[in-house]
Amino acid sequence: MTFSQEVITIGMCILATLITRFLPFIVFSGKKETPQFIQYLGKALPAAIFALLVVYCLKDVSLLEGSRGIPEAISIALVIGLHLWKRKILLSIAGGTLCYMLLVQLVF
Amino acid sequence: MEDKKSSFCAAVKAAFPHTIPVMTGYVFLGIPYGIYMNVSGFSFVYPMIMSIVIFGGSLEFVAVSMLLSAFAPVQTFFMALMIQARHLFYGLAMLEKYRGMGLKKLYLIFALTDETFSVNCSVSVPKGIDRGKFYLAVSALDQSYWVFGATMGGLLGSLINFNTQGIEFVMTAMFVVIFLEQWLKEKKHHTALIGTFSSICCLLLFGADSFIIPNMACIFCLLTFFKNPIEKAGGLE
Repeated sequence: MTFSQEVITIGMCILATLITRFLPFIVFSGKKETPQFIQYLGKALPAAIFALLVVYCLKDVSLLEGSRGIPEAISIALVIGLHLWKRKILLSIAGGTLCYMLLVQLVF
Repeated sequence: MEDKKSSFCAAVKAAFPHTIPVMTGYVFLGIPYGIYMNVSGFSFVYPMIMSIVIFGGSLEFVAVSMLLSAFAPVQTFFMALMIQARHLFYGLAMLEKYRGMGLKKLYLIFALTDETFSVNCSVSVPKGIDRGKFYLAVSALDQSYWVFGATMGGLLGSLINFNTQGIEFVMTAMFVVIFLEQWLKEKKHHTALIGTFSSICCLLLFGADSFIIPNMACIFCLLTFFKNPIEKAGGLE
């Protein structure tokens, strides 16, 4: 690939990213009130998106091969347990991550 | 009323603790991304510039292989659109929160990654801190971590050799906690359950590489179909 072809390729990535990030804000611009249905989506979406993001992070875990998702399951259980117990966001995240690192480096 | 005079410094101070998990994730995912570009034959300038102008982790990883294969701008564009499509939802969810932010809004929207969205959407801005400046601080801190990691990886390349295997789980853990916080906060769990159910079904049906777009369509349809019962049940903020 020549340098200008590289620039165009990166430019395409930028353009696509800008479109997906700006489109909702452009379509429902600030002047007039957002349609009621879109307001509803705005409120209903976050919880659904957070679920999507958790699944997205785990998408490459295979239940049939390798460590069969066991380190992920144990570490997520620990995150949830720690969080319900102390409700300290950083503690829950750090505890779960350390547990996962130890499991994949030493056990599995 | 918020204190309009509260300084940007105060906002950065208030925002920083909320970005610590993102910092861990972005630095330790940025470094391998930079290394990957380095060993693929690119100077550190590439990961540095790309993390500044694209600022989208998964796309930047894919972009490396695009840069290494034959020139195909149209294909690149549509592939990038598919990888980034989930951002459409973040925009819809942040329409009200980012309303009336002036010029700051341009950067806030530009920098709306998975992680920045999750923090800005779920956090309650501390009293006395300007909301716009707080969101801006979170967004800019997050991007600085990513640019730092990518540049370091590109500079030092394969010289870096310490065992950080598994550290990427910090992002999973953060999304789990944010999901849980949302769950504990809301009285009714319809939308969280719709998201979970739809994501798992679509992952099983379409596979890891192509489940996001069908999943977005599925979530959209379910939320539309059950709009009346969900609104009647209440509990949406």
